[in-house]
Amino acid sequence: MKEIINVISNPPILFTLLVVILFLSFRYPEVFWSGKAMIIVGVSSVLFFILSLFDENFLLIVTKADNVPIVGLIFLILFFTWLAMWQAVKNDKRIAAGKPVAEAEIEPKRVIVWPDLVYIELIALTLCLVLLIGWSVLLEAPLEQPANPANSPNPSKAPWYFLGLQELLVYFDPWIAGVLLPGICVVGLMAIPYIDKNPKGNGYYSFAERKMAISIFIFGWLLVWILLIVIGTFLRGPNWNFFGPYEYWDIHKLEPLVNINLSEIIYIKWFGVGLPKNWFFREIFGIGTLLAYFMITPLILTKKVFSSLYVKLGIGRYSIFIALLLLLVSVPIKMYLRWLFNLKYIVAIPEFFFNI
Amino acid sequence: MADENLEKGSTTEAPEAAPKKKKKSVWKQLVDSQVAKSYFRTGIPNTRRSRLLVVLNSLWLHLHPARTRRHAVRLRYTWCMGGLSFFLFMVLTVTGILLMFYYRPTVEYAYMDIVDLREQVPLGIMRELHRWAAHLMVITVWLHMFRVFMTGSYKPPREFNWGVGVILLVLTLLLSFTGYLLPWDQLAIWAVTVGTNMARATPFLGQEGPGAALLQIGDIALVHAGSDIRFALLGGRFVGEATLLRFYVLHCVALPFVAIILMALHFFRIRKDGNISGPV
Repeated sequence: MKEIINVISNPPILFTLLVVILFLSFRYPEVFWSGKAMIIVGVSSVLFFILSLFDENFLLIVTKADNVPIVGLIFLILFFTWLAMWQAVKNDKRIAAGKPVAEAEIEPKRVIVWPDLVYIELIALTLCLVLLIGWSVLLEAPLEQPANPANSPNPSKAPWYFLGLQELLVYFDPWIAGVLLPGICVVGLMAIPYIDKNPKGNGYYSFAERKMAISIFIFGWLLVWILLIVIGTFLRGPNWNFFGPYEYWDIHKLEPLVNINLSEIIYIKWFGVGLPKNWFFREIFGIGTLLAYFMITPLILTKKVFSSLYVKLGIGRYSIFIALLLLLVSVPIKMYLRWLFNLKYIVAIPEFFFNI
Repeated sequence: MADENLEKGSTTEAPEAAPKKKKKSVWKQLVDSQVAKSYFRTGIPNTRRSRLLVVLNSLWLHLHPARTRRHAVRLRYTWCMGGLSFFLFMVLTVTGILLMFYYRPTVEYAYMDIVDLREQVPLGIMRELHRWAAHLMVITVWLHMFRVFMTGSYKPPREFNWGVGVILLVLTLLLSFTGYLLPWDQLAIWAVTVGTNMARATPFLGQEGPGAALLQIGDIALVHAGSDIRFALLGGRFVGEATLLRFYVLHCVALPFVAIILMALHFFRIRKDGNISGPV
């Protein structure tokens, strides 16, 4: 059993599995985001967690002081994602039946803030403070050996909220994983209100009215941001090698380094000749692939999938939307290329530190 | 659960309501005193009018509107995540100030000051409160963003405030990140080393970033290990004394300063854009 879970937690399998589940949940929202589903998933994941605590390797990694909030984070995010989607699905049913959404139907329409809102805030912050004090009494803040620039721990990990970015370093060079993608993420988030011109679903939970917006956002949020943090925290050990949740973090675990560049695959494996000296000729196929991805895919998508969206958004908004979407999707694409073909770089120009 | 409470809250009188007696009770005298009247202006908010006034007349409560949408006060709609983020920010400010009394941001003292906090202060949980509140705040801010997205609350007229919120989210992460270095232990220095190593690869601005090699005058590189963006961030080529001071100042002064201003803007815009969102 433990062996199976260790294998399933391998990033390629775990990621694929969750993509499939997420896709199905958007396809059949009433089944996946129902109260029953939540109870089943909630109970089984809590049981899974408690049973796993008997494994010493699992116990070691989840009780590391700074990892405790991430355990909480997983459960909180599962719960709140469900809570949002559950209300959205319920509202969708009401809309389909021609009734107003739940938020619109509560009477009276307006209440006085004192005391109706003020005391809820008081209760919420009191509970929060109690939780915080309890947590602080029970769990000491970590303090390791004094800083020693000569002795780097293995693995050296960034603070947990940046571990998703550190995990991306496996697949991308630092200038993409650490600078470009987080930058695009911030800009992309700020751009959302200007790209999403759909006037529906403002001020109430709804899925049917905003299927695409919600699907893309939840995909990026759960599978690209949160999942990578979870992988980076719990499943990456010494030398950033993969370790299953029940696996001992063996510092001597060897992973073969067999990653090769696209240019090497094409020139050496397929053509059977050496790499050209000139970087432009060497990388021309990679550059071509990238150009095709960012230039031709949008054309195909616009024609086949997004034709009505293109008309609705206009050329400016639509271009930004498609650029952000392609960048978001490029992350899993590169991950799969690595997992399936051991592809290191599509374009590798170390002359300019320009590797993609 | 929340609904039940709500029903009660809106129908029952405030518990402080004065008992009906012919002779003025001590409580009544206190409430009617000049001091109480000047500090609490509206008196006990037990009528509809005074309940509206208590919010309107107070700077702090005025962060709220006097009246709000019924559904918006339900926990299941807002999850109270924005409010909790603000509350955690205040917890962090208070505990942070207390920690500053004991902490000196130098390589010589920083670690020992933390050890002292841990060993010498009886029942000291300030550092724990500060650290766990910081982690929790990252989570509540994320969940707040998620809630706002899921209710479509970024849509007009709230586009600008969504943008402010995204910047506040980034500030939360930066505050947490700069604070991570301050204990000056192995965890701190290496986490920050790993985090800031990426800055080395910033296009054009980092010594190992694409395009940096193009910035040359003759044979002299403009962007090198002693002049790139990572150097500016760390105040040196490695995480050291200067970095500690820089991160300390950023963590305790610069970033909270910006965050407070943006929070004020964020709350102001919530009021101006029609309070908590709801169906039209």
